[in-house]
Amino acid sequence: MKTTGKVTGIVSNLVSVEVNGPVAQNELCFIDLDGTRLMAEVIKVTGSTASVQVYESTRGLKVGNSVEFEGRMLEVTLGPGILSSNYDGLQDNLATMDNVFLQRGEYTAALDSRKKWDFTPLTKIGDKVIAADWLGEVKEGWLPHKIMVPFSFEGEYIIKTIAPAGSYTIEDTIAILTDDRGNEYNITMQQKWPVKVAIKGYKEKPRPYKIMETGVRAIDTFNPIAEGGTGFIPGPFGCGKTVIQHAIAKQAEADVIIMAACGERANEVVEIFKEFPELIDSRTGRKLIERTTIICNTSNMPVAAREASVYTAMTIGEYYRAMGLRVLLLADSTSRWAQALREMSNRMEELPGADAFPVDLSSIISNFYSRAGIVTLNNGQSGSVTFLGTVSPAGGNLKEPVTESTKKCARCFYALNQNRADSKRYPAIDPIDSYSKYLEYPEMEEFFNSKISVGWVEKVLNARNIILRGKEAYDQINILGDDGVPMEYHLRYWKSELVDFILLQQDAFDNIDCQTPLNRQEYMLDLVLNVCNREYKFERFEECVNLFKNLINIMRQMNFSEFKGEQFNKYLVQLNKILDNGN
Amino acid sequence: MATNAFQKIYTQLQAITKATVTLKAAGISNDELAKVAGRLAQVVKIKNDLVTLQVFSGTEGIPTNAEVEFFGEPPALNVSEELSGRFFNAYGEPIDGGPEVIGERRYIGGPSVNPYRRQQPSELIPTGIAGIDLNNTLVSGQKIPFFADPDQPYNQVMADVALRADVDKIILGGMGLSNDDYLFFRQKFEDAGALDKIISFVNTTEQPPVERLLIPDMALAAAEYFAVDKNEKVLVLLTDMTLYADALSIVSNRMDQIPSKDSMPGSLYSDLAKIYEKAVQLPDGGSITIIAVTTLNDGDITHAIPDNTGYITEGQLFLRKDTDTGKIIVDPFRSLSRLKQLVIGKKTREDHAQVMNTGVRLYADAANAKTKLENGFDLSDYDLRCLEYAKEYSTKLLSIDVNIKIDEMLDTGWKLFKKYFKVEELGIKQALVDKYWDKD
Repeated sequence: MKTTGKVTGIVSNLVSVEVNGPVAQNELCFIDLDGTRLMAEVIKVTGSTASVQVYESTRGLKVGNSVEFEGRMLEVTLGPGILSSNYDGLQDNLATMDNVFLQRGEYTAALDSRKKWDFTPLTKIGDKVIAADWLGEVKEGWLPHKIMVPFSFEGEYIIKTIAPAGSYTIEDTIAILTDDRGNEYNITMQQKWPVKVAIKGYKEKPRPYKIMETGVRAIDTFNPIAEGGTGFIPGPFGCGKTVIQHAIAKQAEADVIIMAACGERANEVVEIFKEFPELIDSRTGRKLIERTTIICNTSNMPVAAREASVYTAMTIGEYYRAMGLRVLLLADSTSRWAQALREMSNRMEELPGADAFPVDLSSIISNFYSRAGIVTLNNGQSGSVTFLGTVSPAGGNLKEPVTESTKKCARCFYALNQNRADSKRYPAIDPIDSYSKYLEYPEMEEFFNSKISVGWVEKVLNARNIILRGKEAYDQINILGDDGVPMEYHLRYWKSELVDFILLQQDAFDNIDCQTPLNRQEYMLDLVLNVCNREYKFERFEECVNLFKNLINIMRQMNFSEFKGEQFNKYLVQLNKILDNGN
Repeated sequence: MATNAFQKIYTQLQAITKATVTLKAAGISNDELAKVAGRLAQVVKIKNDLVTLQVFSGTEGIPTNAEVEFFGEPPALNVSEELSGRFFNAYGEPIDGGPEVIGERRYIGGPSVNPYRRQQPSELIPTGIAGIDLNNTLVSGQKIPFFADPDQPYNQVMADVALRADVDKIILGGMGLSNDDYLFFRQKFEDAGALDKIISFVNTTEQPPVERLLIPDMALAAAEYFAVDKNEKVLVLLTDMTLYADALSIVSNRMDQIPSKDSMPGSLYSDLAKIYEKAVQLPDGGSITIIAVTTLNDGDITHAIPDNTGYITEGQLFLRKDTDTGKIIVDPFRSLSRLKQLVIGKKTREDHAQVMNTGVRLYADAANAKTKLENGFDLSDYDLRCLEYAKEYSTKLLSIDVNIKIDEMLDTGWKLFKKYFKVEELGIKQALVDKYWDKD
């Protein structure tokens, strides 16, 4: 029998409920408000009083309203049809809600139960299977969507029946499994999973060992993110955080992109809704939307659902990872998620930590980041969830709890610099403050050596060093004046400008420059380093300035031209000519 | 706000703080309104039979035996065409001596628009001010604040913008307006002969600060009526959102909530977002555009209020005094309209983007030249020309007293470029130079 209860207290979306039976932490319940059922989650239990956070506005709620507990946690429905859907934080399908306004208590099915999918079995009767094993597959767009043994199944099962190839809905039984005691279980193409629990069902989770290509030079070359790795982008508003995220979403070498718009602007989400169905994925020639799912809980939607949205996104990511796919999860912004945690903690009158955030903020964040990773599945194949979150630090000050907690667990850090943004040096990723721990991984170095070139990491560090020395020289020039420093300082500064303009800066709105494949990045890094390693002799510093301005101009044109195309080669010839004359 | 007959009247308060009262009552719903000793109040907390009410006008002089009557519904506004041309207080009661508005009763602070049903904003809102139209073009459905120090004429600029904008309705939400500013708006709207398309909800400094909390929701409830029901283009003006946020912090403080940054409530972001995100382009043609004012303390945008605002709104218009020309300008460096690329070059002339970027870049060069000058370095010929250009650019385009059409702004840009620079120094696309350099 279900546990029920009565409302005894209300403060904003925190409601206390007097219960008549057992309740679990994080259990879902529905509060009945004159026939409208409001979803809520248990976040604290004291004696027979459960504190629940309501995923909707609590306007009109009264003491005495009845509550029904569900005996389950917040779950997502997993099955074919998730891709190219647009969900809110609780996985309600926004496209199937007809009203212009979101109606309180309106919950829609995540998947279309009438749509037929072409199923191909991958197993046969008598096979032994365990949780997450692939029973069959359907084509979801162009991706093979595996139908798996439900993740909640423990132990070994034997396939009693498996459906032959054909069309089925997600509600049709496609297999019957028996456990060792002879109990039978009907398997459909959909299953449910609680969002706050990580999906296991894989053999092991090794250290990341290969790069996830994004086509953004400041990331791939200088601070690469590994497939299955984690990174975060903090930046004050107006620094181009959204542009970078969208560029990555469009270009990343991933099979599935999940975008969690968490507490951000609705008009930006509209841009994704309108733009992605038009954009073509350059690697597959298919529409971007076919491999994209948007989880959208904009800043004006209920705060508790905002908190849930990042978990919903991660769970869907883990589901596709279990199919052996490469998933990229983008969350914008994790600060809004943390703020949702703060609002609830505040209402529960918990003792606050720094900046009134809950004291366990750090562990909540690191726990979430730890769900990313590359895994080896039971069948030996690999799948991955790469996670990139943004942080919106108050006042652009990185010394605040969310940034600090995230820094402890994310392996890549892409600091967006206000000064770079102001001087239109985009992407505004700071070349000195940003880092990628993956550059230090021996596994990654091995990968770079075999996939790009031997000694790659050293070259990258070399380029970084040029930037660093250039900055030091620039500071000296600023203090002592152009004529007050040795010629060497001007040269150092202009070499760093060359690296900055040609490698770090990239035009996200130019059709060619926006996406640089790894081989082109390698070519340009070599070219830039070659120019930097030459001997130069100048009489006056203006000569240095002019030469490098010239070089920068030509090499920028190369960035805008088709790689090794006619234009590109023309500029290359020009470049070499200048270099030869320059000395 | 009629109360029901036979409504129970409570007369025993259990606790009184500066902004709230607590009493024993039954059958009360969250968010509902009540009257405490004749003053309007709203339920903010219920714990068993104890109900806490936030008294909008403060609790000074309220005795423990004050009469409390509950209305059984949250704050609401009567909406109909009759709203047009009227002035109301924070409770939606007329303050212009006219009759009560008859219309459909709607609860304020309603649900959000399904993001999937939104349309992408695409219609330009011309203001005549080049600092806005040329450099930071506004788009209907956008939400954008003026960031300004208290001594700047932001209310005048906003009134100008509103009257020049091609919209069906203008809704003013005045929070903590000085009585002078209130009268200014009234006079300005009357002079423009535009009263019939303007609706005002006003809380002046003479009225209690907590009342302000109702203003944005009232204004936006009226806006939604015209935009959703009547498919009209509505422009909502909210001034001053800093005073609104101050009122939020007063209430949260009285309710013993733990403050976060700058003693603002932890929910500041969500509170502001709920208001600003009402800006929308609707599928049936109606739209709500929000132009707000956030006053700054000495240009400090790292304070929690402008900072949170910046993360929510689609850009900001930064007002600053240009000391070289003595004009108030829309600062081209610190201002930003995030939606401008949706209309620039699409709804405006093809050369718009290039003229905008070149103009600002040269102005930046002038700023560098100025720094050089101040540090005692020699100026090049180019530097000197930049400085001269900057003065004219500031006066003829950036200044807020400019009122010209966009094409004229572009032509002015070209004239200034030609007057001070050579084509090679500009880096503008050749095709555009061919077309516009020798235009006249």
